[in-house]
Amino acid sequence: MNSLELQAIYVMWMRQIKRFMRARGRLVANIIQPFFFLAFLGLGLRPIRLPGLRIGMSFLDFLAPGMVALSIIFASMFAGVSIIWDRQFGFLKEILVAPVSRFSIVVGRTLGGATISIIQGLTILAISILFGAEINLIGLIPGLFMMLLTAFFAVGLGIALASRMEDPHAFSLIMNLIMMPATFLSTAYFPLESAASWLRALIYVNPLTYIVDGLRGCLTNSFSIPPWIDLTVTISICAATMSIGTYLFNRSEA
Amino acid sequence: MAIIEARGLTKRFDGLVAVDHIDLDVEEGEIFGFLGPNGAGKTTTIKMLTTLLKPSEGEAKICGYDVVKQPDLVRKSIGVVFQEPALDDQLTGRENLDFHARLYGLNRREREERIEEVLKLVGLEDRADELVKNYSGGMRRRLEIARGFIHHPRILFLDEPTLGLDVQTRRAIWSYIMELNKREGITIFLTTHYLEEADNLSDRVAIIDHGKILAVDSPRKLKDMIGSDVITLRCSEPNRLKNILESISWVKDVKHHGEELSIYVEIGETKIPKIIKIAEENGIRISSITLREPSLEDVYLDFTGKSIREEVKPMIRRPPRFRRLR
Repeated sequence: MNSLELQAIYVMWMRQIKRFMRARGRLVANIIQPFFFLAFLGLGLRPIRLPGLRIGMSFLDFLAPGMVALSIIFASMFAGVSIIWDRQFGFLKEILVAPVSRFSIVVGRTLGGATISIIQGLTILAISILFGAEINLIGLIPGLFMMLLTAFFAVGLGIALASRMEDPHAFSLIMNLIMMPATFLSTAYFPLESAASWLRALIYVNPLTYIVDGLRGCLTNSFSIPPWIDLTVTISICAATMSIGTYLFNRSEA
Repeated sequence: MAIIEARGLTKRFDGLVAVDHIDLDVEEGEIFGFLGPNGAGKTTTIKMLTTLLKPSEGEAKICGYDVVKQPDLVRKSIGVVFQEPALDDQLTGRENLDFHARLYGLNRREREERIEEVLKLVGLEDRADELVKNYSGGMRRRLEIARGFIHHPRILFLDEPTLGLDVQTRRAIWSYIMELNKREGITIFLTTHYLEEADNLSDRVAIIDHGKILAVDSPRKLKDMIGSDVITLRCSEPNRLKNILESISWVKDVKHHGEELSIYVEIGETKIPKIIKIAEENGIRISSITLREPSLEDVYLDFTGKSIREEVKPMIRRPPRFRRLR
C-alpha cells in the first residue's frame, strides 16, 4: 500500500471526524435513547432478580454493556449507510473519480465510523458508571477490542446495504423491520437464561447476541455463552460484512 | 496524438443506446464543446471518459491511457466538475479543496500554495473558511472548478458548468474557464446545452443528438456551412410559404420550427423585399421579419432538424439515473 492510499484512508477518516465534531447535536441525539433506557429501565428495574443475573449483579450492571454495544452498532451502521447520502448529494462521485482504490475508501470510512461510534459507546459507558453501574475496568481492554470488532461489523453491514440501495428511505424500513427485533433478541435488555425456550432459539441464531454477550462478559465478568464462541462468531460476522461491503461497494457505480 | 481519443465508444442501458459509436479527437490545449439537448448522451460520455462508467463497446484513451485498463492513470491526469454539485457542504471551502488535494497526493507545501492560488483564481479567497452550505450556487460552482484543477490535471472535464446559474454568474464562470485554459494550458472538455456557451467558449464544437455525433468543427466553420445569412419570419401560412420558397433558386434552404420560418440565403438584405413580394402575391400575411447572421442555433437546427429550445424545459431536469446493480 503506497502513501497515496494511506493519505486517502486518512482524509476519509478525517472528514468523518470533522463532520462529527461539527454536528454535536447528533451526538446528543444518538446518546439520548440509550441514556433513557439506562435511566428509566436500568434505575427503575435495578432491584429486580432474573435468572442469568449473577448474585450481586444489578439490572443496571446487566443493561449497561448492552446499551454500549447497541449504540456502537447503530452509530456504525449509520456511518456505513451514509454513503447513500454521499451519493444523493453527489459527493461520492468526487471520491470515486479520485486515483485511489475503493478499498482505501472503505477502510477510511470504516475507521472513521468506528472512531465516532466508539466515542459514543464510551460516553454511554461513562454515563452508566455515573448512574452506579459496576464495571470491571480491566475488562475495558478486551472490551475495546470487542467494540472495535462490533463497529467494523456494523460499518461493513451499512456499506453493504448502502451499495445495494438507492433510496435512503429503504434504510429506515430495514432498521425498523430487522434491526429493532434483532436488538430485542440480542440479550441487551434481558438475560438469555430468562427467555422462554422458543425465544432462546431465536436469540441463538441472532449474531448480535454474541457481540452483546462478549462485551458484557468483558465489562462485567458475566458470560452466558463461552467467551471463545462469542469471539469466534463476532470475528466471523465482522469478516463477512466487511468483505461483502467492500465487494458490493467495488461494484457500485456513481 | 490527440489527448482525448475515442473510437466507437458506446453505452447501452437495458436495451437503450445512450451513446452510439462515437469517435472523438480532442487536441491538447483546446476548449472542446460537447453540445446537445438533455438526454443526448453528454453526461454518459463524460462518465465513460472519466472512468465512472464502463463502455459497452469501443474504447477511449485519455492522455494515451485506456479508460478501462488503466483507470488510475486516467484519473491522475484529469479533473472533473460534475453536473450536479459534488461538494461536502458540512466542510468549509478550504477543507473541500484540502480533501481533494490530499486524495491526489499533493504534499503539505504544494497543498497550501495551490489552494491559495486556485482560490484567488476563482475569487473565493475571502469566503474560503465558511461552510459550503452557506455558499450560493455560483460560489459552489466556482469552488468546484477550482477543485477540479488543483492537482494540475492535463484535462478538465466540465459537465454543464453553468446549468441553473444566472446570466451574470454564467459569464463570470466563462471567464474563469478561459483564464484557466490560457494560464494553465489545460485542455477543457465541456458539455452544454447552451448554444452561446458552446459558441463563446469552444475552439471546436461537437454536436451530439440521440447518442450520435452529427458534426465537429469550430463554431465559425459550422456557421459558414449554413451560408451567409438567415432570414427569420412569422407569417399566416408558414407551410405554404415554405413550399413556395423552396422552389426558388436563390433560397438555399427553408426550415420550419415552431411558428417561425428560417430562410437561408446569401446577401440577406437584398432578399427581404423579394420575399415580402412573393408572400403578398400569394396572399400570405407576414407579421414579422428579421435578418441575422447564422448562429450555432441554426447549425444545430440544420443538423438535428429541431430547435434546441424546443427540448430544453425551463426546469432543471436531473439526468436519468442508470445505476442498476446485479
